[in-house]
Amino acid sequence: MRRVAVAGVGMTRFGRSDLTLVELFAEAAMEAVNASNIKARDVQALFLGNVLGDFEEGQLNLAPLCANELGMANEVPATRVEGACASGGVAIREALAWVAAGFYDIVLAGGVERATAMDTPLATRTFAMNSDARYEANTGVTFPAVFAMLARLYAQTHGLSLQTLKEQMALVAVKNHRHGARNPLAQFQKEITVEMVLQSAMVADPLQLFDCCPFTDGAAALVLASEDVITRLTDKPVYILGVGQGSNGALIRQKNPARIRAREAAAGQAFRMAGLKPSDVDVVELHDCFTIAEILASEAMGFFPYGEGGRAVEKGETTLGGRLPVNPSGGLKAKGHPIGATGVAQACEIVRQLRGECGERQVEGARIGMSDTLGGDLATVVDIIYGV
Amino acid sequence: MAYPLTGRQFYEGLKQGRLLGLKCEECGAHTAPPKMACAECGSVSVTVTGLSGRGVLRTFTVVRVAPEGFQAPYIVAVSELAEGPWLMGNLEGVAADQADESLMGRQVRVGYRILPPLDYAAGEVVTITFSLE
Repeated sequence: MRRVAVAGVGMTRFGRSDLTLVELFAEAAMEAVNASNIKARDVQALFLGNVLGDFEEGQLNLAPLCANELGMANEVPATRVEGACASGGVAIREALAWVAAGFYDIVLAGGVERATAMDTPLATRTFAMNSDARYEANTGVTFPAVFAMLARLYAQTHGLSLQTLKEQMALVAVKNHRHGARNPLAQFQKEITVEMVLQSAMVADPLQLFDCCPFTDGAAALVLASEDVITRLTDKPVYILGVGQGSNGALIRQKNPARIRAREAAAGQAFRMAGLKPSDVDVVELHDCFTIAEILASEAMGFFPYGEGGRAVEKGETTLGGRLPVNPSGGLKAKGHPIGATGVAQACEIVRQLRGECGERQVEGARIGMSDTLGGDLATVVDIIYGV
Repeated sequence: MAYPLTGRQFYEGLKQGRLLGLKCEECGAHTAPPKMACAECGSVSVTVTGLSGRGVLRTFTVVRVAPEGFQAPYIVAVSELAEGPWLMGNLEGVAADQADESLMGRQVRVGYRILPPLDYAAGEVVTITFSLE
């Protein structure tokens, strides 16, 4: 198996956009191609994360349209991958496998979503299609509702009062907005307070509006290359040291998901492949679709003991300048969550952090970074470790 | 290999007042709603069995921003059946604004409700319900 590195990366501003899915992806992809000292026709395969193009603008079979838009050759296989909100992570892992196996030397991985093209009821419905359609979605369960129920289970499992947990969750939102205010591509670039979180509208109790990430339009892309050719593409290669992907069934099949088994599997695979442990990681981008989700992820990835993730936030360990900065980009919460693109946007942030290009939100001296993206009811998790 | 107990059969059972599931002949665990194989050990040596329909409410939320086709507010809950499996359903008989932490751990009984037709759903939409005992 060959080593694989990231060459160029590209990402649009996240938020609301009038661009089509193809146009949005083209902007991010061409930025990544240009940053790799290649032409689009040099790319040998495209893996594209997208979840809801059909509902957003009536567009299926998006990947070949994107490849053609960029000017890629007819010989290039262009494949859409879908793993709910982890689609972007799945796209990177697929691209990595083909390069590592020696089929291709240069592959484009990316993702795009245009969630704001749907109104809130339709977006809420289509997002909920990532739950089990037979035995869960019929209840009208939504994604905020899934994480709201997880928050209650978490509080009870660890003997925390719901009020204590809610305050810890609010601190996650405040931190990620503080980070997002330092990211010119973030959807929200304004700081917020604990009071604003706790006074915001209830979405699915105990989750309030500011516990939830927004609906977002955006795209991200990166060029992966084999170790054989990477030095032609960049003088700052960022190597993929480890990767893992785990799976699980409907939420009810997981019984009490105080431990997220698919994430433990994904992180475990990534750490074993890299020969590293959680304490080796300098910077993390993880899946904070809801504030409770950041706490859950930080524990299942192995950074904090179970039940201690919220305390770590209280102590400032996960803020910029803390022991382990988590979501310096602002995370899904403030940077935004264009679901098919999120895993790739995390990769863009980690690559830029490891290259020292993040300005006000730079984690000084970061050499090992990790991304974590989750899809469905804790059903798909992709974790990737990057290093320079 | 034939599916041991389909979703349609499961919901038809509920409509006749029976909560159906699978019992594993190898490990003895119960699986509900049904799957192709035992939810605990993966064995395909399973037989269809009736479950008690009683359980404990493990977690819940009040949905205040609803998907298209649903009218907020309503309560979504997850309960653990006496035989072990967990089910998701709507808690009925409790007003959404009255739902509080005292619901955690309450004994519930499983029922069902037929929903109005819903877009992008394959056939009749039946959902599991819980009522407090």
